Amino acid sequence: MANNLGYEFKKGLWQELPPFRLVLGLCPTLAVTNSAVNGLAMGMATIFVLFTSNILISLVRRTISSQVRIPAYVVIIATLVTVADLFLAAVFPDISKSLGPYIPLIVVNCIILGRAEAFAQKNSILPTAADTLGIGIGFILSLTLMGTIREVLGFGSIFGVKLLGDWFEPWIVMILPAGAFLVFGGLVALVNWISSRKTEKAAEAAMSR
Amino acid sequence: MELILIFISASLINNFVLTYFLGICPFVGVSNKTENALNMGFATTFVMTLTAAATWPIYNFVLVPFKVPFLQYVAFIIIIAALVQFVEMYIRKASPSLYRALGIFLPLITTNCAVLGLALFMVMREYSFLESIVFGFATGAGFTLAIVMMSGIREELEFADVPKHFQGISITLIIAGMMALAFMGFAGLIRG
Repeated sequence: MANNLGYEFKKGLWQELPPFRLVLGLCPTLAVTNSAVNGLAMGMATIFVLFTSNILISLVRRTISSQVRIPAYVVIIATLVTVADLFLAAVFPDISKSLGPYIPLIVVNCIILGRAEAFAQKNSILPTAADTLGIGIGFILSLTLMGTIREVLGFGSIFGVKLLGDWFEPWIVMILPAGAFLVFGGLVALVNWISSRKTEKAAEAAMSR
Repeated sequence: MELILIFISASLINNFVLTYFLGICPFVGVSNKTENALNMGFATTFVMTLTAAATWPIYNFVLVPFKVPFLQYVAFIIIIAALVQFVEMYIRKASPSLYRALGIFLPLITTNCAVLGLALFMVMREYSFLESIVFGFATGAGFTLAIVMMSGIREELEFADVPKHFQGISITLIIAGMMALAFMGFAGLIRG
C-alpha cells in the first residue's frame, strides 16, 4: 500500500509530468510564466484547487451518478477557484493583479478535470491525495522552471534579483508571447531527448545481459 | 467605428491563441488537418458568439442586481456547458450533415479556455451588449484564422525532415511562436 502511494506520488514528477508529458494545462504554462514569481504563484493556486477538488470528488464519487458527473465536477472546481481567487486578491493583491484572468481560468485547466476523470472518480482519498500532490508539484516545478528561464533571458534576473551584469542585453522576445511558445517547444524537445536516452540505455542494458 | 476597432483588435492584434494563450489545447490537438481545423474553427466561433450573447444579460441583469458578481465563474461555466449541450442537440436535429462534421468537436469546446476567457474579458472591459457580440464573433474568427493557418503549415511539415526529438508537440509550438512573432506586426494597425 505504502509503495503504491509512493508510486502514485512519484509518477507526477517525471513519468506524467503535466505540461511536458501529458500536454495538459498549456494555457497557464505559457501565459503566466514571464517571471519566476508568477509561475510559482500560479502553480500554488493550481495545486490548491487540484488537491482540494479531487479530494472532494473522491469523497462524493459514489453519490454522483455518472451522467451528471462532469457538470458536478465543474461546479466543485469553479467554487474552489472562486475561493482561491478571493484569497489571492485579499492577501497578495499584486500577484492577483499580474495573474489577472488566468486565476479564474484554472476552472478550465484540463489537468484538474483530467485528473478527476482519470483518477479521483475511481480511487479512494489516500491514493487521490498522493496522485494530485505529485501532479501538482510536477506542475509547480514546470511553471517555475519556465518562468526562471524566461526571466533570466528576458530580464537577466531571477525572482526579481538582478543576476547578470550590465553587459547582458535582455532578449525582450522571451517575455513576449512568442518567447513562451519557443521556450516551451524547446523544453518539450529536451524532455523527449532525455527520456529517449533513458530507454536507449535500458535497451542496451537488456542487450548486454 | 468602435465596433470595427473591437473586431480588428480581437481577431488580429490581440489574437486569443497567439497573445493570450487561450484555446491552446484544440489549437495543438485539432490542427493536423485543414478540414478538421476549419470545422473546429466554425464550431468555436458559433459557440463564442452565443456565449457572449448569453453571458452578458446574465451578468448584467442577474448577478449585478443581486450583488453576487463573485459567482460569475460558477455561473459562466454552467452557461457555457449548457449552451454547448443545447447547440449539439439542436444541430443533431436540424442538420445531420453539419452534425457529422462538427459532432466530435462540440463537447471539446466546453473545456476550451478561450470561451470562458471571452466571458471574463467581456466583463472586465465592460463592453455593451452589441460590443460583446462583436467581440465574441471576432475572437472566434481570430481563433479560426490561427488554427487554419497552423493546420496548413502542419500538412506541409509532414514532408519536412524534422529532428527526431522536435517532432510532434515541440515543433508545433515553435511554429506557433513564429506565428506569434509575425502577428506582432499587426500591432501597428490601431493604438491600444
